[in-house]
Amino acid sequence: MTILSTLWYFLVFLLIAGYFVLDGFDLGAGTLYPFVAKNEREQAIVRRALGPVWDGNEVWLLTAGGALFAAFPDAYATTFSGFYLAIMLVLFALIVRAVSFEFWAADSKWRPVWNVCFFLGSLLPALLFGVAAGNVVAGIPMDMAGNYAGVPLLGLITPFTLLTGVLGLSMFIAAGACWLSLKAPLNSELRTRVQAIRMPAQVVSIVLFVLLTICVLTGFGSVNTPPEHLAALQWILAALFLVGVIASLVIGRKDASSTKGDLWAFLTQSSAALFLVFLGAASLFPVLVNASADSVGAAITIMSAGSSELSLFCMTVILCIGLPLVLVYHVIIYRTFRGRVSEADIG
Amino acid sequence: MDQVLLARMQFAFTAGYHFIFVPITIGIGLIMAIFVTKAYRSKLPEDDALARMWVKIFTGTFAIGVATGITMEFSFGTNWAAYSRFVGDIFGAPLAAEALFAFFLESIFLGMLLFGRNKIKPSLYVASAWLVFAGSALSALWIIIANSWMQTPAGAVLSADGSSAVITDFFAAAFNPSTLPRYAHTVFSLLVMGSFVTIAVAAWYMHKGTYADAAQKMLRIGSIVGVISVALLLVAAHSSAVEVWEEQPTKMAMMEGQYETGTVELAAIGFVDEATQETFALGIPGGTGFLAEGNFDAEYPGLNDLVASEKYADINVDEMPVNFVFQVYHIMVAMFGVICLVLILALIFGRKKLVAEGKGLAKSRFLQWLLVISPLFPFLAIQTGWLTAEVGRQPYVVYPSTTGPDGVFMLTSDGVSASVQSFEVLISLVLFFAVYLLLFVGWARVIRRFVKEGPVEPAKAETRVDAEEVE
Repeated sequence: MTILSTLWYFLVFLLIAGYFVLDGFDLGAGTLYPFVAKNEREQAIVRRALGPVWDGNEVWLLTAGGALFAAFPDAYATTFSGFYLAIMLVLFALIVRAVSFEFWAADSKWRPVWNVCFFLGSLLPALLFGVAAGNVVAGIPMDMAGNYAGVPLLGLITPFTLLTGVLGLSMFIAAGACWLSLKAPLNSELRTRVQAIRMPAQVVSIVLFVLLTICVLTGFGSVNTPPEHLAALQWILAALFLVGVIASLVIGRKDASSTKGDLWAFLTQSSAALFLVFLGAASLFPVLVNASADSVGAAITIMSAGSSELSLFCMTVILCIGLPLVLVYHVIIYRTFRGRVSEADIG
Repeated sequence: MDQVLLARMQFAFTAGYHFIFVPITIGIGLIMAIFVTKAYRSKLPEDDALARMWVKIFTGTFAIGVATGITMEFSFGTNWAAYSRFVGDIFGAPLAAEALFAFFLESIFLGMLLFGRNKIKPSLYVASAWLVFAGSALSALWIIIANSWMQTPAGAVLSADGSSAVITDFFAAAFNPSTLPRYAHTVFSLLVMGSFVTIAVAAWYMHKGTYADAAQKMLRIGSIVGVISVALLLVAAHSSAVEVWEEQPTKMAMMEGQYETGTVELAAIGFVDEATQETFALGIPGGTGFLAEGNFDAEYPGLNDLVASEKYADINVDEMPVNFVFQVYHIMVAMFGVICLVLILALIFGRKKLVAEGKGLAKSRFLQWLLVISPLFPFLAIQTGWLTAEVGRQPYVVYPSTTGPDGVFMLTSDGVSASVQSFEVLISLVLFFAVYLLLFVGWARVIRRFVKEGPVEPAKAETRVDAEEVE
């Protein structure tokens, strides 16, 4: 385990966290879409709230995937092939979702089709990403070469992974509700509906998180043994997560009528999402994919899966040049489209 | 069915489909940026309407390129896990770089382009159009880097345990012998595609007798971009062919159906009988050798001698798809001829004066229809060219090129995912057919609408199309 490979372990998680935060509100808003947007005008508002940013948000997934491939090819190969049908479902969902934005706007006759695509395309990934993460933590059966050796698709669903899946979904929904509350017109029914979902989703997140923590600590449904030397860090991150969600919840309730309240509720909720991914990294370290108790092959770790030093060095240079640019682009786009969606925007 | 075959079918289908929309996107990306710039400079409402229409057509197509592109990045891990393990040290970096340098650029500035008209300065709006095009051209560079490394590996060695390729020199790997020729070859063919789509839309309006001014502008821009790209394409394609001649002997031999060592004919049309190992072709004897080395007598190794060498000992000549590679390669070349011809016709009969007088393209329905369907020719050339490159490297997924490092190669059949079962690939393949069909229908509807709406100001467009729908 070298400095570079350790660095990249955390960088991959950082990219995943970037995805979870940014596409998080995006997928969450898509999941809420049929429940909060009751007419074409409200649908247009939701879509306009995501329109300028969704594509950039999704690129975080491609970046994280590419980084995992480059830095830890074995982990990329094992998870993507092992979770084959689940990945395919996510893929089809993201595909139909991606085209639904443009096609919905341009093709009024087929709007019902693209509405369904948009909703399912948001819901499935929002649920399945958590299930996948749960499997990585809980451990999967592998052969000597590190290939998944369990039952396709159904073998990935256990009480533990369902718990992580639903925790992920509730986090996505809470983030989506925070975003829409921030973007919807101030005195609109849409915003009222969204706010009514925000708090329950956050409460569910907290409850599931506590349950999951108990599972991990007692070893129920998961083989993951959190590294003891990082114990303090894990408790801090867990506490920060809870503080983030609770702060968002409290702000959202106390300051429900102002834009400032919406903004802080969104930011604190996003920070909680960030801490959740970091907590995952801290409690897995140095493992990338856990091996279940009945696994023949060993867990995939930084040591067993890392690319060569030169490769990681090149990746570091690429990231050092690329990431500042990416951040600048994000500042530009989020600044340009700050503020609530107005009538003029959807007209 | 065999998992290797299914996985190959899935990759071929998804990549081939992706590579329908990407060429259109990148090609019309340039056209769109030109029209947006023109509108900014002239400040004329009709130029602005034209720019708007092309932004819309671009966006509708871009969406499919993005959506089907995710498939490609995932597919290495899902279907080609053993391949991913073997090449991850080298192959992953360009994919990550593509996302960081190219995808963010194009997706974020497309957001500016689509929604920012009333929010950003007009100059920034123009810059966004060019940045989107730059981003898409840059993404092509990174993916061609990755793909070219599979054709002509460089800057790597086989690991001590033989389980993977390890990078030794990033720049040698990125700019391997085939990267730049293939990048130029690809980009110029994509620009030809874009120019033909533009010409086709122009011809459609001439056929309908509407938007005469806009049609003339599109025809002009399309023809200029077309002529320049075709000229550059010829140079790039030549350097690409020379690279194949030097680096990828079995591919070269398959392209011309060369079983025995000798001079290589430059065939125009022909047929390879794989059973008898005979090639029947009409062409110039020794012509390919002349193009590659300036010598009609240049000798080239045939497949039978190549497979007798240690390097290509894994190949079974009888299983080589020689006729297939021969045919797709020659279709590509033939399409290049058709492209040149169509372009000349468009130049001659699309002259402003002629059209203004109601002659030439304004009159001839045959020519109008020829130009309307003309994007099919670059489409066919691009697809068959891609097939030549990818089927031509079989049976390898990482090809042992002439100057490639020792041991850095992999058979396609060794690259698949061990944990994925045939039925899983069959399910995903069927779903791909279904989902991609939905995408195609959705795209066709949207593009039809955009073209029908035409380059008119938005307020007028609404009423016009709504009125038509009521009819």
